[in-house]
Amino acid sequence: MIEAIVFYVFSAVLVASAVMVIFARNPVHSVLFLILCFFNAAGLFVLMGAEFLAMILVVVYVGAVAVLFLFVVMMLDVDFAALRAGYAKYLPVGAAVGVILAAELVFVLAPWAFSPSVPEAIAVPIPDPGQIHNTRALGLVLYDQYVFVFQAAGLILLVAMIGAIVLTLREREGVKRQSIPRQIARTRAEGVETVAVKSRQGVDV
Amino acid sequence: MEITLGHYLTVAAILFTLGIFGIFLNRKNVIVILMSVELMLLAVNVNLVAFSTHLGDLVGQVFALLILTVAAAEAAIGLAILVVYFRNRGTIAVEDINMMKG
Repeated sequence: MIEAIVFYVFSAVLVASAVMVIFARNPVHSVLFLILCFFNAAGLFVLMGAEFLAMILVVVYVGAVAVLFLFVVMMLDVDFAALRAGYAKYLPVGAAVGVILAAELVFVLAPWAFSPSVPEAIAVPIPDPGQIHNTRALGLVLYDQYVFVFQAAGLILLVAMIGAIVLTLREREGVKRQSIPRQIARTRAEGVETVAVKSRQGVDV
Repeated sequence: MEITLGHYLTVAAILFTLGIFGIFLNRKNVIVILMSVELMLLAVNVNLVAFSTHLGDLVGQVFALLILTVAAAEAAIGLAILVVYFRNRGTIAVEDINMMKG
């Protein structure tokens, strides 16, 4: 009973905040509703027993991705009102596509059933949560059988990091920078000149 | 009243449909389109975890982790492209992004 109540609360807030992500006028509000969305999805994950993924969802999505979105939305000086022009024009097409997709998903969700051979196909059974908790069980599988998947994930993140840096890094013209090799290679002759100053004439600078 | 696999799949389906709807609705605003893509990936994750716990197979959670990684990478690259584009053109309207058209 408690599980049902918690499920319905989390899913209702999840769906409502997803609607608000799409319909919010201000993109900053969109991002904040996206954060709410992720929190509620994390609640659903906890309810399903995937605690590690729930915490990762909070840390990665809320802590990194959503804040990145927020950062970009606030950094770019964009006239968001102009971007919303023609909003009503796209509504019928979007609604039509959404309804068609929803109907197709209903057709898929309604009649399907598990094949009888499914229990034999289970690769890694989830251990009893009382014995081994979710994080440890996931680690035992991830670092052992699925180590290449783990490495591939790391590679994807590396490529994304290098790509983001390469894309956004730029050399600005006219900005004075410190050049340590030049500082070190400097000799006394380059920096100092000894001049015998004649009286009442000064020196040319 | 027991919560079954079907309940979770329904929530994920609604979330995915909302993501598609959001892409069509905010066709001019790349940032909201990226957020809609994130919503769709979240729906996929909910599906994977629901099947994983329902069937008692841990591999679904491993793949949910991989999708999480891909979603983070996608957001980072997408926003980087957006920032570069804004720096060059001063706008992020989708209909102006046709420079790569041959």
